[in-house]
Formats: sequence, structure tokens, C-alpha cells
Amino acid sequence: MGSHMLIRRPGSICSSEITDERHFRMRRDLLAASFGLAVGAALPARAALAAAAAPAAAAAPKAATPVRNARYSTTDKPNSYEEITTYNNFYEFGLDKSDPARNAGSLHTKPWSVAIDGECELKGSYTLEDILRPHAIEERVYRHRCVEAWSMVIPWLGFPLADLLKRFKPTSKAKYVEFTTLRDPKQMPGQREAVLDWPYVEGLRIDEAMHPLAFMVTGVYGRELPNQNGAPLRLHVPWKYGFKSGKSLVRIRFTEQQPSNTWAVSAPREYGFYANVNPAVDHPRWSQATERRIGQGSGFFAQRVPTLPFNGYADEVASLYQGMDLRRYF
Amino acid sequence: MGKASPVELRYRWLYKPLLHLACLVPLAWCIGGATGLPHVPGLGVEPARKVLGILGHTALNLLLCTLAITPLRQLSGNAQLLRLRRTLGLYAFAYAGLHFTDYMGIQGFSLRAIIADIAKRPYITLGFTALVLLVPMAVTSTNGMIRRLRTRWRKIHWLIYPVAVLGTWHYWWQVKKDIREPLLYAAILALLLGWRIVRRQLLHRRAGLPQLGKEPQP
Repeated sequence: MGSHMLIRRPGSICSSEITDERHFRMRRDLLAASFGLAVGAALPARAALAAAAAPAAAAAPKAATPVRNARYSTTDKPNSYEEITTYNNFYEFGLDKSDPARNAGSLHTKPWSVAIDGECELKGSYTLEDILRPHAIEERVYRHRCVEAWSMVIPWLGFPLADLLKRFKPTSKAKYVEFTTLRDPKQMPGQREAVLDWPYVEGLRIDEAMHPLAFMVTGVYGRELPNQNGAPLRLHVPWKYGFKSGKSLVRIRFTEQQPSNTWAVSAPREYGFYANVNPAVDHPRWSQATERRIGQGSGFFAQRVPTLPFNGYADEVASLYQGMDLRRYF
Repeated sequence: MGKASPVELRYRWLYKPLLHLACLVPLAWCIGGATGLPHVPGLGVEPARKVLGILGHTALNLLLCTLAITPLRQLSGNAQLLRLRRTLGLYAFAYAGLHFTDYMGIQGFSLRAIIADIAKRPYITLGFTALVLLVPMAVTSTNGMIRRLRTRWRKIHWLIYPVAVLGTWHYWWQVKKDIREPLLYAAILALLLGWRIVRRQLLHRRAGLPQLGKEPQP
């Protein structure tokens, strides 16, 4: 279970390996539909954004089928579409893991816009189409490790976060990036209760955010991202506990100071800013040494597998934390 | 003993069987869900965790029901209610035991992990202690034991109070964020325990006895 599984020769790429035929076909239909939409939405782009974007990418349609990025994909068996979309921690739609799948229908993701703010040159409000246009969507099969000691393997669609952030020309003062989830109790029934301090806010150090593994997610299993998984735009930072990856993002802000993050504010003893997956540092109320791999095992009890440092991505990211006391900065 | 009274018969052939059925519903629910029985909702993608919650909740519910018998009896003046208490208590023990078994399964039945968990995690320690304290009560719940132990039986079964407190506390501590439900449990528990304390104080005052009587009242 070392990180050797991350490095794979290209050529082994085939989404049908992991996608059952039904989903595979749906994906085709969906992609066709979304191209229609993208063309229809090709309104005059904001001049600044267009200038910042790669000129060729802005005009050309995206790759016909998202290609699996083998270098950044695990070979672990992916969870089923059903598992990925019915077992979610998304308190904006309720506290039970089955609540988001049931309640997230009230979220309207079209139209959607994202505010870009803080220490960057190209601040402003961007439509989702503006945000997505220049990026080629690729597939990455990531391990997802929740702080609650369960894990899944998820074939995401998306693009590197760094590619997005660079477009807004962060200044030298941009030391951190803050990600804010939508706050709208009308669409998000869970926000009618003050369970957390809404809106949900998360943050990364700029070097973490710029790391090639940090991934902006727009889809799963070759399909558009379902609302309960954080549509239309969410983050996945695979070497950190899941709560670091904000969903349904409406604001990205570059900051000089470390932003506060919702769970650390809510329970500072239990959740930190860094939240790197670490089997050696237990949560105060449970061990992080092993994890329950959802969908694997007897069918009743999920299989227990050892948790790896940085969720198995240590070779790629451990250097970001050289000299840091990871017990203190948990 | 002689012939059974009509009340006794009603309890034996109607109320008790109904109580058994009611107490078995949560278990049937779990088994039905796990085996994919029609008309029973599935247990989601992590059945063992779902079942863990159902079993734990049921154990705590039954524990509080057990504690509610005495106040109900005192309020209604219906002493027959006592006949149901043992059944409730034993089911509470059974569900707590199943809850713990399920927890062990979730830990992969790894004895090392379980022992470490019990030693290191306060909420697990609390829950486990509660389960252990239930054992002497379950063992001494037979008619023979009640007769043989007499006043010592009362002392042993006084353990229901710490068990209920530990159980509620265990639930409170394992909740990640939303404490509304554990709060409700704690409030009901406080009511059930408060009733006993207040009543005892009042009785003692009326009788002109010292305020702190020694006789426990499970």
C-alpha cells in the first residue's frame, strides 16, 4: 500500500475499467449535453480573464472524453457511484450521511458564480463558465480519507487548482487561499440550524494550494457532480482529511494571514488548520491508525485498512511540511 | 402462590408478550435492513455504523424506560407496572451487548485496537464501563437470585443509576457536533433521577425523618 501505486505508466488509462457500462454511456450523453451548454454560454468573456487564460484553450472545446491522469490516480478499487453519492458529510443538507443525497435537490447550481478576492490582480465575480472555460477536464482516481476514519476511492473529474489560481495573478502577499461554500438557508436546509458557523470556510497555504495534487472537482464517474457531492465546483485535497475540501464554492480569497477554518473554530482541540492525514496523530476521540474502507469487506463490516501518512501521497507532499511538528500542526 | 389473578394473567399473556414484541422491533429492523428484506429500508453504504447507532439508541431508550417504571408506578399507583421492569432492563442489557459486539466488528475484531480504544478514548471507556456494570444486574435478575440476595439485591441494582448516567454521557461525548439529541436524553434522565430525589426529600420531611435516608429505590 505504498505510494508506488500512484505512479503508473500511461497506457493503462481506460475509464471503462472502473465505470460500469451504464454510467459510461450516461457520461457520453452528459458530455455531449454539457458541450452544447458551454457553446451556448460563450458570451463575451471578461477581458481580463480571457487575457489571463491560455488563448488556445479558451476557444477550443475541451478534450472529447476526459482522460484518466494515470500519474495521479490510485489503482485501488473505486467505490460505486451509489456509495460515493449517498454517503456524504455535507452539513448544509443535514447531519446524517444520507441527508445530502435526500435534501440537496434544493440547491440551484445554474447560474453559479464565484467571487475572486483578496491578494490578487484579477479580483471580481466570475461565472462558472468563465471559471471552467480554459481548463481541460481530466479524471483522477483519488483516495478520500475522512477525519471520522472512513475512506473511499473516487474517480473525480476536474482540473488542477493551481491552474485556476494562477489565472487570477496572486500577488506576493498571497500566502494563503480561503475557500467559502455557499450560504443560503433557503437552498441549504441544514444552515437553518446553527450547527456550524455558516458559511463553511476552509483554507490552504499557497504552496499547498499550488501543489499539482490539489484538484478542483467538477464531476465524478464521468458525470456532472451531483449536488450532494458539492456541485458545481468543489475542492479535493487528497492528502488531507476530507473536511479541508470545501464544496459548492462561491468565493476564493487570497490572504496574507492564515484564514480560520470552520471546524477548527468549532472544535479547536479536535480539528486543526493543516489536517494532514496522519496515522500517528490520533483524533482526541478516536484513533487515526486505521480506516474503514467503505464498500470493501464482508458487506456488513467495512474492511479495516491501515491509514498511510498523507493518505499515501507522502512522496508527493511530505516535503511541503519539512521541519514542521505535525503533532502540533495537526 | 395459588391461582393466578386476572391481572397476573393479563400481564403474562398480553402485556408482556406485547412488550417483548416491541423490544424486538429495533433488532428486527437491523436484521431486515442488513439482509435486504422487502419493505425495510436499507442501512446505507456502511451498515455496521448504522446498526451501531440503532442498537445504542435502543439500549439507552430501554434504560430510561426501565428508570421510568418507578415514577410511573408512584404517579399512577399501579404497582403491577413493576412486572415489566425486568424485561425492559434485560433488553437494555441485550442491546448494549449487541451494540458493543457491533463496535468490535467495526474495529475488525482486533482485540488490541479495542483494548487501546477502551483505555484511551473517554467516551468508549464510559460506554464500556456502563456495559460491565449491567452484567451483575442481568446475572442477578432471576427470581431465585432476588430471593436469595434480599437487601443485597437492592444494592446491586442500585447500579442502574450510574449505568444510565454513563450511558447518556457516552452518547453525549461521541456526538461530533449536534448535541440536541444527547441533551434531550440528559434532560429526561435528570427528570427521572430528580423525581426520586425530590420525592424522597418530601417523604422524609413529612415523616420528620433525617433528610438523607439510606434506603435505595431502584
